[in-house]
Amino acid sequence: MNNSPKKNPMPTQDPASRVRNFNEVALGYTEEAAKSEAERCLNCKNKPCTTGCPVGIDIPSFIREVAGGNYEEAYKVIQKSSSLAAVCGRVCPQESQCESKCVRGIKGEPVGIGRLERFVADCHNSHKSADEKPKQNGHKVAVVGSGPASLACAGELNNRGYAVTVFEALHIAGGVLVYGIPEFRLPKAIVAEEIDNLKERGVKFETNTVVGRTVLVDELLKEFDAVFVGTGAGLPNFMKIKGEELNGVYSANEFLTRINLMKAYREDSDTPIKHSKEVAVVGGGNVAMDAARCALRLGANKVTIVYRRSETELPARKEEVEHAKEEGVEFKFLTAPVEVVGDDNKNVIGLRCNVMTLGEPDASGRRRPVPVEGSDFTLDVDAVIVAIGTSPNPLIKNTTPGIETQKWGGIVVDESLMTTREGVYAGGDAVTGAATVILAMGAGKSAAESIDEYIKRRHAEKK
Amino acid sequence: MYKILEKQSLNKTVTKMIVHCPAVAKKAEPGQFIILRVDGEGERIPLTIADYDRTHGTVTIIFQIVGATTHKLNRLNVGDSICDFVGPLGRPSELDGLKKVAVVGGGVGCAIALPVAKKLHSLGAEVHSVIGFRNKELVILEDEFRACSSVCKLMTDDGSAGSKGLVTAALEELIKAGNAYDEVIAIGPLVMMKFVCKLTEKYGIKTVVSMNPIMIDGTGMCGGCRLTVGGEMKFACVDGPDFDGHKVDFDAAIERGRIYGEFEKRAYEKECSLLKGAE
Repeated sequence: MNNSPKKNPMPTQDPASRVRNFNEVALGYTEEAAKSEAERCLNCKNKPCTTGCPVGIDIPSFIREVAGGNYEEAYKVIQKSSSLAAVCGRVCPQESQCESKCVRGIKGEPVGIGRLERFVADCHNSHKSADEKPKQNGHKVAVVGSGPASLACAGELNNRGYAVTVFEALHIAGGVLVYGIPEFRLPKAIVAEEIDNLKERGVKFETNTVVGRTVLVDELLKEFDAVFVGTGAGLPNFMKIKGEELNGVYSANEFLTRINLMKAYREDSDTPIKHSKEVAVVGGGNVAMDAARCALRLGANKVTIVYRRSETELPARKEEVEHAKEEGVEFKFLTAPVEVVGDDNKNVIGLRCNVMTLGEPDASGRRRPVPVEGSDFTLDVDAVIVAIGTSPNPLIKNTTPGIETQKWGGIVVDESLMTTREGVYAGGDAVTGAATVILAMGAGKSAAESIDEYIKRRHAEKK
Repeated sequence: MYKILEKQSLNKTVTKMIVHCPAVAKKAEPGQFIILRVDGEGERIPLTIADYDRTHGTVTIIFQIVGATTHKLNRLNVGDSICDFVGPLGRPSELDGLKKVAVVGGGVGCAIALPVAKKLHSLGAEVHSVIGFRNKELVILEDEFRACSSVCKLMTDDGSAGSKGLVTAALEELIKAGNAYDEVIAIGPLVMMKFVCKLTEKYGIKTVVSMNPIMIDGTGMCGGCRLTVGGEMKFACVDGPDFDGHKVDFDAAIERGRIYGEFEKRAYEKECSLLKGAE
């Protein structure tokens, strides 16, 4: 038993050197640190941590295996519930999920569950033996998109014996894990490895295929027993203020895609990106933190996060905010942009903002920011990155008769995650709007269970 | 990988390639585009579909060698493969119900205008085409336009082929001669489309333009291709690429097109010197 009130610290790259590279910031536990951290777990009978996990990983069991040095056994425990352990160990907001329920967190810091998950997955991936292909049941399922919801769904269906084909619009599979989350937070080799694991187990991936254009959902339904739509929320929202058409204004999606998917930060990349000197990033989520930290790594002198609420409302993962601060990202809280200012050549030269104050709580329960009259000031910047959220892409809805969506674009599903079209299921950001990797995975997994039931039921009816 | 089945140089700077891609060929319609990456390190560039053959599963692209990527693409030959080729993207042109249309093409934009003119012709519409180039050397697809148009005006800046002058002059002449067009479709450089729209606005003729801004994914994800149309933000990749030309803010689009000018120039020079080294 380890009675330390604090987690074993995560070794990280030094802030001064890491702002000049795109290598992973958190370096991962050593075996010694992992065992010592695992010893902090009380192995509670009622497993409160597990209730905080959207995919229900049996957390105390895997931690007990780590404490005993049985890392592959620990991996097997996680794999029962999650097909993307190496990813989730890195990007899950553990502080508001599993770790928030940890009894050790009452007096001191909770067990570093995320760090242990990462350790176990990295251990598995570094000495892995070929995964076995599950026995096939003769049924086929099409999965649209290859982000976390789709990968979880594909993994679960594969486990259950289905022949799964994943269709991806871009040239690489992984969705937001590849185009959105930067290398320094989630190395692309890790994502590729998780996808290779699925391929080895028999899941097929068709890249360069835009469902709704290259092939329609109706056509997929002729070839497959069911379709899962995990197309995420990829449509960037803009602020709808003056000057957003100016050169130097990026959606976070564009900025991050150029960097993460197209590797524009590398000298030898064919994809261009503007190396700005002073950058404002609008928004307070993980995407805003990612964009700000990328801008620093591209050589900006000053990067400012502009967020209209106060620090306590920041939706980003705590660790990302801390890392951003360590790296020198500045924060302007209670600040809302009102206009992007440009020069005669339509280049960005400033961001005019209002100071805000917090008023009455709004529909989300958070206090609504209200502008302070006459408070406006201008930040001198040559780039503005808009990271205020994304909406679901309407392509599937527009090209598939019978699929209904909410007013804001989210696909309507029933409790089994079936859409308003029989045999077509959906989950993840495409249904909920932009959320987290793990929630999307949870939805993908539940949809797989429903699809399994649906196909078995239909098959039984036919007999 | 997508194999190049045919390659033809239409003029010094414009190349036509026929690419094997049955999935795109099956769905392609005039007005739509593809995105390609030449190789594993390549950038994604959009190119409008110039033609397609559903039976043989091929898609034709016609591109001008303007930057590093098109230069790289032009170095590929018959039998070589393009790394990534995805589509068809964007909305097809809306051509149903049109009876009499003027199709205006400028430079390599003619490659995009041609499938539109052909489709209109096959739908039974009367097609008048006005195609413009800088000089005789750069003229492409003249015969193909003549084949599907009842009137075809060829214009060059220096008068070395067809008549001397801009496409707008020829179009205005046709309008003044009493041709009542249901619609004008203009595809070419932004400046050309802008002035065609100014002209047709004067005569109150509906005009559709095809926009080809900077783009990454082509599915609505990056927002890089955003345009101001009728005061609203639109994405060329999913809302277009065709738009009501009288509502497009061309000046803003022209400025946005210049974002990476410097980078492109350097990349092009680097690519060219690389090629010299290889030769």
